[in-house]
Amino acid sequence: MFARLSATMRTTAARLSALYLLLFAGCAILLVFYMTSLSGRMLVGQIQNTINEEMAGLGRAYQRGGLTTLVRVIEQRSRQPGANLYLITDPQGRILAGNVQSLQPGVLDQSGWTQRPFGYQRFGEAAGERAQQNDADAGAAADPQTDVHLATALILRLPNQMIVLVGRDLGEPARFREVVQRALIVTLGIMGLGALLIWFFVGRTALRRIDRISEASRRIMGGDLTGRLPVEGSGDEFDRLSENLNAMLARIATLNEGLKQVSDNIAHDLKTPLTRLRNKAEAALATSRAPTDYREVLENTISESDQLIRTFNAILMISRLEAGYSAETMTDVDLAAIASDVAELYEPAAEEVNVVLEAAIDAAATIQGNRELIGQALSNIVDNAIKYSAEGEGGSRVLIALTADAAEARLTVRDTGPGISAEDRARATERFVRLEKSRSQPGSGLGLSLAKAVMGFHRGRLELADAAPGLLVTMVFPMGEKPA
Amino acid sequence: MRSDASFQSPDLSSYTGGMKILVIEDDRDAADYLEKALNEVGHTVHVARDGESGFALADNGDYDVMVVDRMLPKRDGLSVVAGLRSRGNDTPVLILSALGQVDDRVTGLRAGGDDYLTKPYAFSELLARVEVLNRRSGNKEVETSYRVGDLELDRLSHVVKRAGREVTLQPREFRLLEYLMRHAGQVVTRTMLLENVWDYHFDPQTNVIDVHVSRLRGKIEKDFDTPVLHTVRGAGYMLKAG
Repeated sequence: MFARLSATMRTTAARLSALYLLLFAGCAILLVFYMTSLSGRMLVGQIQNTINEEMAGLGRAYQRGGLTTLVRVIEQRSRQPGANLYLITDPQGRILAGNVQSLQPGVLDQSGWTQRPFGYQRFGEAAGERAQQNDADAGAAADPQTDVHLATALILRLPNQMIVLVGRDLGEPARFREVVQRALIVTLGIMGLGALLIWFFVGRTALRRIDRISEASRRIMGGDLTGRLPVEGSGDEFDRLSENLNAMLARIATLNEGLKQVSDNIAHDLKTPLTRLRNKAEAALATSRAPTDYREVLENTISESDQLIRTFNAILMISRLEAGYSAETMTDVDLAAIASDVAELYEPAAEEVNVVLEAAIDAAATIQGNRELIGQALSNIVDNAIKYSAEGEGGSRVLIALTADAAEARLTVRDTGPGISAEDRARATERFVRLEKSRSQPGSGLGLSLAKAVMGFHRGRLELADAAPGLLVTMVFPMGEKPA
Repeated sequence: MRSDASFQSPDLSSYTGGMKILVIEDDRDAADYLEKALNEVGHTVHVARDGESGFALADNGDYDVMVVDRMLPKRDGLSVVAGLRSRGNDTPVLILSALGQVDDRVTGLRAGGDDYLTKPYAFSELLARVEVLNRRSGNKEVETSYRVGDLELDRLSHVVKRAGREVTLQPREFRLLEYLMRHAGQVVTRTMLLENVWDYHFDPQTNVIDVHVSRLRGKIEKDFDTPVLHTVRGAGYMLKAG
């Protein structure tokens, strides 16, 4: 439970809701204090205005009818329900009229505003309220009760030295403050509860979603690469994360599939020579007697191993090339120079098997590329072309040509061999595919695959076409634009 | 065709031997095999199994050639080579590497390696390269002319003579002979020829190099009784008098 709680505390949602609670509570408290003090001051201001007006009214009554009228008006007003505080005294402080019963001594010595407790009578208040209040006082319910209240009051001296006091009970602003404070406490409670709810639900749901994602990840790591992380469709951060991870998983699955295909191919194409190797060694051990027999078998074994190594290297090379482009390995490469290099390199070998190897380099084409790789790819193609042309009837010929325009440079190798039928052409560049007819030919069978990978590495393409008769292989390099 | 050709175990008597070689290789089997095979040819071999101790040995010892694996524990091979170079150690280095990135070779040579060989390699290939790297074989590249027996090559005038008679060669044949003569008495493999004469670094799938060599041989041995361009069984070629 505690572990669970502390795990909850660690979540972003919990921290966020705690922060939210603190921030909002602070703001609310500040706001309430500001508002109560402001509105309190405003209320007092309003009260003072009212008192001023009352005082002015009393002044007018005095001017109209002298002291008698003033005393009468004060008597009247002080007996109204919810009345203000009224008092009129003679210069000696003897009360002539009004509802103020008791005064702190010396209060009336100064004129102007004062704020202090006054004992005064309230008339005509709701009976129930009064009764309740007065039960404790055992009777005296009939008489107006004298209470001491905090009030603000204006004291004026009349020209005849009479003192007039008009004041108002400050109970109202105090009650207002009370109400606001109670409201604040309630609000804070609600906010706290809200924060807790947010904390709980957001935290819990986020935790639960993370748990689900973790669980799905574990399943996938457990080997189920077809599994995907849950996406709820809300498009939130979790969904975006899951979608990205799912896209990554899809890519991994694709790569994995490719890898599986390669290993299947390797298993298929390398198992045979490995089995043959093993059987020959076993047979030699079982039957051979003379050291020369052993030597022959051993030499044969090494020779076959070399062939296997060559095949492995070609596979690795293709994988590396397919893994991606690397700008660092690219320099300005003169395709014409490579074409003539390769033509020159293979010319004697072609002549050995009665194939005429020619080069028709009609263009100068400099591209961004890797000279070694292009040279190797072209060598593979030329090597194949010579092998297959040599099988053909007389007049076998292999032609290397280079043409270029603004968009592309095309390096072509045309042979007079048996060619590849249209339906086999697409398959010809797949790894390990050696078309049935040519099974007898030596080589890893990866020459065209490697050339295709090299072209992919250069963002170009390898095209196979019918040269009628023979095969036309074209390495198409994009020109002009430097690869990004 | 080379790929059909049955393997022939290299004729070890063709190698010179007598060098002091440092092998820095962490793989025990590979190191043991190298040590044993190099010993058999007559070389003295010291083996270090990690980059740190290899560096220490190389820094103190006076080796003719070092064979450095690229992936080593404690300190990688390229860093060892670069470190030695920065300390003024110019012992020739052959870097060994499992086939890695496309530009591995370039980075290897940039770090200060003199030659680069990708695993798995044939021992005859390694041996030939190590012997060619040997610094005691001298700075033959600065010579302006070579002479092997009655065969002469003048690098400035591009004239080749056998027993005083001029032999006409194509430019590539000239460069082929030039390389063979610079390393006269040493075994030179087909890939070494492709690298140094054609400047391409891949494994020639067929007998392209052999055909070039036999053409050259036809020109320099035709009408002469004594062969100078010898085929070393299971390894490559060697130019030597008699």
